[in-house]
Amino acid sequence: MGRYHFRLPDVGEGVAEAEIVVWHVKPGDAVKEDQSLVDVMTDKATVDMTSPVEGVVTAVHGDVGAMVPVGSVLVEIEVEGAGNVEAELELTTPKPSPEPAPQATDPLPPPAPVRAAPAAATVSARRGGPTVASRAPGEAPLAAPATRRRAHELGIPLQYVSGTGPGGRITPDDLEAYIAGHGAASASDVRFAEKHGVSDTRIIGLRRRIAEKMQESKRRIPHIAYVEECDLTELESLRADLNAHRSDEQPKLTLLPFLMRALVKAVADFPQINARYDDDAGVLHTHEGIHIGIATQTPSGLIVPVVRHAEARDLYDCARELARVAQAARDGSAQRDELSGSTITITSLGALGGIVTTPVINHPEVAIIGPNKLVDRPMVQGSFVTVRKVMNLSSSFDHRIIDGYDAASFVQRLKRLLEHPALIFMD
Amino acid sequence: MNETISTKVLVVGGGPGGYVAAIRCGQLSLDTVLVDADRLGGTCLIRGCIPSKALIHAAGLFQEMSAAAAGGRFGIRLASAPQLDFAETIRWKEGVVDRLNGGVASLLKRAKVRLVPGRARFSDAKTCSVETGDDAVTIKAEHVILATGSLPVELPFLPFGGKVISSTEALSLEQVPRQLVVVGAGYIGLELGIAYAKLGAEVSIVEAQDQILPLYDSKLVEPVRRWLERNGVALHLSARALGERGEGLEIETSAAERMTLPADRILVTVGRRPNTDGWGLDRMALAMDGRFVRVDDRCATSSTNVWAIGDLVGEPMLAHKASAQGEMVAEIIAGMRRRFDPIAIPAVCFTEPEIVSVGIAPDEAPQDVELITGHFPFQANGRALSMEAGGEGGFVRVVARRSDHRILGIQGVGRHISELAGEFTTLIEMGAVLEDVAGIVHAHPTLGEAMHEASLKALGHAIHI
Repeated sequence: MGRYHFRLPDVGEGVAEAEIVVWHVKPGDAVKEDQSLVDVMTDKATVDMTSPVEGVVTAVHGDVGAMVPVGSVLVEIEVEGAGNVEAELELTTPKPSPEPAPQATDPLPPPAPVRAAPAAATVSARRGGPTVASRAPGEAPLAAPATRRRAHELGIPLQYVSGTGPGGRITPDDLEAYIAGHGAASASDVRFAEKHGVSDTRIIGLRRRIAEKMQESKRRIPHIAYVEECDLTELESLRADLNAHRSDEQPKLTLLPFLMRALVKAVADFPQINARYDDDAGVLHTHEGIHIGIATQTPSGLIVPVVRHAEARDLYDCARELARVAQAARDGSAQRDELSGSTITITSLGALGGIVTTPVINHPEVAIIGPNKLVDRPMVQGSFVTVRKVMNLSSSFDHRIIDGYDAASFVQRLKRLLEHPALIFMD
Repeated sequence: MNETISTKVLVVGGGPGGYVAAIRCGQLSLDTVLVDADRLGGTCLIRGCIPSKALIHAAGLFQEMSAAAAGGRFGIRLASAPQLDFAETIRWKEGVVDRLNGGVASLLKRAKVRLVPGRARFSDAKTCSVETGDDAVTIKAEHVILATGSLPVELPFLPFGGKVISSTEALSLEQVPRQLVVVGAGYIGLELGIAYAKLGAEVSIVEAQDQILPLYDSKLVEPVRRWLERNGVALHLSARALGERGEGLEIETSAAERMTLPADRILVTVGRRPNTDGWGLDRMALAMDGRFVRVDDRCATSSTNVWAIGDLVGEPMLAHKASAQGEMVAEIIAGMRRRFDPIAIPAVCFTEPEIVSVGIAPDEAPQDVELITGHFPFQANGRALSMEAGGEGGFVRVVARRSDHRILGIQGVGRHISELAGEFTTLIEMGAVLEDVAGIVHAHPTLGEAMHEASLKALGHAIHI
């Protein structure tokens, strides 16, 4: 019999750690090859970890919600044959000269096992990567002086940084991960009922990411909201015509590809709106390429896949790529680079769009556009009241970067493009 | 002639706090003035750490040679007893001090710090005047760093003067006292008392508490106590000094008996107090914390841009704490974001044998924390035996939390153990667990192996014990 340590593999480019979402096994379980062991989540993709071996689970490491670094041992499995762990790791140092006779003293009781693992296993686990340890409440966080200093310089209270080192030590990587992830502000979702019970739900996984992201955005960015009414009668008739006469390879068009192309046009005159603002460094990164984030509802929550280089795509290409990334987001197959790097975001609830929304900017971007529900509405045209297809266009801007005048001008430009769709296609 | 200097930073005090602050300020291109009435280096360099270590070294050598003369050691014999020219010893010690003193001066010069010799007197928190011989200089500064240090505490019934001396005088005596009584068995009194015992003085030590070195646990202190006993140093614990009487010091013993200890010198080492008088602190309107100047974790006082460091701001009154604070304050003034947040500040007693203590001792467990300790005796360490450091009960002890093996404290006692203070402190500051130390290959044969073995011991598998 041998022992096999299943370590968290490198699940994606640049991913240093992943969050444990669901355990499928517990100690004592027999597992077959390819059987699911655990689901972990990196950024926004959830990955099912399957067992590469057959055997019996002897230990699992990390609670649901814990962040585990790549390379750390997740599952220990007892297998037929050799496994991948040396039987024992003895730390002996040969001495060149004999030592004096040992002194007899009272032996100390053996130390309490660390998280139920024998000392030797702890040592071996640290070879590939540290195991996760969490601090007891109220305990001062521990980090080496340089790490403490960097955290202090950045104004990060180490209480909120989880330490993955031995004994819960906060490593420089832990701090970097915290900085990259903007912290772990975990709020508990408390739902009150008329009954006296209170159910506490641990906010983990995607929901935690969403919570952190929203918190970060609202905490950092002073939002200014602006809503304008757009008459889409012309655009809608164009869209209906295009859909009616589309070829087989042309996808059916929704409103969004038109809005995307309109954004491309409008941004040309307002480059600072297609940007990412690094407020820590005080630098606005204005992008030439237009990478449009598409807020997408998925079974597990809000995800923002990205249509890259909308400026280089025609209407149908936009529609195709939009459908592709949205589907990838929904079925969880989206890659990391399909979920990051947007420079401006569209959030559309379609038929649920309501009259007005105040969308939250996708930090660190500086603008978000939220089309509302398209409705038939009586409009005054000249001396007549006619029925027009009207849609409100809600938007939010980072008021640190975008003045109200520019925000309004930008939306007016969008309105003009959408109301006279020929402009979208004119160069 | 009354010159007025306007500067970015004014540092008051040229000790290990002040001069380090000034050098760091200079490195950071801050216009800096340092005021000190005395020679550069402060208590540490002029009448503390350095000269006492020099004296202790010479005393140790003298004792070894005396032992060689008395009966021979390791086959080494001297035909006659060594002769001590104590004036020469003191001159050698002064030479060491002079060299370091000159070193500080040139470092300050290189850092472009302007020196103003003289005593600073503040008229308000940012302005002081300095009498420099015939002239007076007025200094106005944007930032003031107070680093005035501390002074030996005087007992009202044993005022310094005549026979009664402080550690300052004890480091510059003209001859070795025949009978020396030390009042106060803290580390200063013990270091000097032991040195003079080695130099041939008949030494008695009077301590009000029931243990020498009351700040350390009895196990750690035991080897020192044993040395004193073996070398004929009389210990009067739980005893009170009453005052000078006739030929010596009258004390009341633990049995409430009065007796007079004959002495030609009475060394009073009952602690140090912050130097808060005579330089205008009262005019600076700073909030105090008992006898100390109150500061926050950035060493900021209650007055904006007035900083205070070192002995002036509280325990531990140690040179290395002052230096670390001085460096930090300089960086804060230069715009960096810093705070003073060491986990542990090492304390070293250069007694015989030496003691090092970092972090918590086994009897200082925080609430709800279960500890394990690992204890490794120097007697089982080859290097210790090979240089006669194995006797006297020296050991290294590591204190770790049982739940995760994180090292919370390391103490040790033994000859030359002061040089392990760096490893001890590093392990604690880096957040090491016992397994870390176990996994670090320690050079053989060195005293440092005792640290390795103590950790293995705590893990239940020491090799050499």
